[in-house]
Amino acid sequence: MAAYDKIAEIIAETANVPREKITPEAHVINDLGIDSLDFLDIVFAIDKAFGVKVPVEAWTEQVNSGKAPAEQFFVMKNLAQRIEELAAAKG
Amino acid sequence: MRLETFEMLDRVTERDEARLVATMRVPDESPVFEGHFPGFPILPGVLMVECMAQAGGWLIVARLGFARMAVLAKVGEAKLRGMVKPGATLTATAELLHDGSGYAVLRGTLAEGGARVAEAELTLRTLPFPSPALEAALRARAAQLGLLP
Repeated sequence: MAAYDKIAEIIAETANVPREKITPEAHVINDLGIDSLDFLDIVFAIDKAFGVKVPVEAWTEQVNSGKAPAEQFFVMKNLAQRIEELAAAKG
Repeated sequence: MRLETFEMLDRVTERDEARLVATMRVPDESPVFEGHFPGFPILPGVLMVECMAQAGGWLIVARLGFARMAVLAKVGEAKLRGMVKPGATLTATAELLHDGSGYAVLRGTLAEGGARVAEAELTLRTLPFPSPALEAALRARAAQLGLLP
């Protein structure tokens, strides 16, 4: 999964997280100890790398309103899937 | 420019969707200069950054139709190239580099005459106004700057 590897690389470099700690089941916020500013940097790097606008606010709203579980967006394997979908939709 | 209240910009002179230019005159006197520095007054570098951040903030707020406010989250690649003295007239320019979800990244520059005195990459978060009073205050300030009628 190319998106997964790229995102893992971005997280490791941006937030100084050991690469081996980043697994498909890892929750980006809860398991990797990434704070909100590092997360902002990661989203910016993902936006640039994939040419997308990661809809973090919409995702957060869905989670906060109970419409979707946080894992759907913020667990590594699912995050990679969402990014691939965004990149595909962009064409 | 009123340093004590962080009202850095005097007037917005140009704006489009991705760029805002504002001018300001550094006051001749301010309590800030009493300590920075005694007998050698210069505008603190953090306030030079603040000038660029406010130009960026107004650009983002205007782009969002004054529906949200912007706060500074990150200052990157900052360079303070020159010293700014009381009475100087400055021009701050903010250019949008990336419009993200809930944040924006901008390139800020600050110039005196034709000389660039500061530059930085600025990340701003956007968020809903925490109160109607603050929204009204920011709109009033935008009108003073010429950003709103």
